[in-house]
Amino acid sequence: MTDRFVMSRARPSSNFELATWLYMRVSGVLIAFLLLGHIVVMHVLHHVDEVDYSFAAGRLANPFWRIYDLVLLGLVVSHGVNGARIVIDDYVRSHGLRTLLKTALWTVGILFLVVGAFVLFTFQPVTG
Amino acid sequence: MEVKLRIKRYDSERDEKPHWQEFTVEAEPTDRVLDVLLHIKSYIDGTLVFRRSCAHGICGSDAMRINGLNRLACKTLVKDVSSPIEIEPLNGLPVIKDLIVDMQPFFEKFRIVKPYLVNDETPPPVEWRQTPEERERFDDTTKCILCASCTTSCPSFWTNREYLGPASLVQAHRFIFDSRDRAAAERLDVVNAREGVWRCRTIFNCAEACPREINITKAIGQLKKALVYNRF
Repeated sequence: MTDRFVMSRARPSSNFELATWLYMRVSGVLIAFLLLGHIVVMHVLHHVDEVDYSFAAGRLANPFWRIYDLVLLGLVVSHGVNGARIVIDDYVRSHGLRTLLKTALWTVGILFLVVGAFVLFTFQPVTG
Repeated sequence: MEVKLRIKRYDSERDEKPHWQEFTVEAEPTDRVLDVLLHIKSYIDGTLVFRRSCAHGICGSDAMRINGLNRLACKTLVKDVSSPIEIEPLNGLPVIKDLIVDMQPFFEKFRIVKPYLVNDETPPPVEWRQTPEERERFDDTTKCILCASCTTSCPSFWTNREYLGPASLVQAHRFIFDSRDRAAAERLDVVNAREGVWRCRTIFNCAEACPREINITKAIGQLKKALVYNRF
């Protein structure tokens, strides 16, 4: 047995990969339904001509849609970041580059979450 | 019929990089690719090397890449592959010479899942009994001949040599789902590691490559499912 493999095996047993694998499936299904709801409201129930600033502002006046969009934002960002993390784990073999890319990835992901949540929580319609 | 072959030649002690060599031989359409290789070695170029043992699809020695797909040379007929037949060593394992790869990394990953029955209990007077249903559960994965076609066809393994690979997971499956075995928890720990079952992207190359037609991707899926139910 090579030392490398014995070492990789000797890492503390963790269910992290299992948990994220399951999370990808659950979040994927949730995203599919939430996106479907989003598409129906934005593109089926309302004609594209109606969808303007005041329409979006009107929607955000309703706390239901704020929470809906917040949940969708959280799911999409975490699902996407985790997917990219797996791609990095698959293809980047250099330990340093891996750490760098993952740090950048989490930073961008958290930034998206913060900016998106900030808008959803503090949005005030501009009148006139 | 006349058969053209392009064989990837490489000698790790002499060559800097591999090169292709072409051969033209007379063969029957029902000859196997192995017969053609043996003909070349016997009558045209004795320096060509490849592994083969039983030559009947049981020992798993002569797995190689034939026209881009991993197959056993002894189970592939000349008429079933288009000419010129391109033959390369298995991808993802270090090439020693020509079609011979170093199988050591492959067998390390095989051993790590404890591919043998573990049961310290006192054996029953006659034999360990098992119902047909209990046997059926792991029947498919008993068929493995360790030819490495699956693992060396797996893109996840190509990019990450630490990944256990389909062959190792097949062995884990074979014993984890055996009602007589008592080491399922230990093996589940091994396949639950980062380089274990979670590196599988369900690409299905392994299932396509397997000369014994084991549905490997399904077996890996059952391992993932077992982990989900085992840990949550």
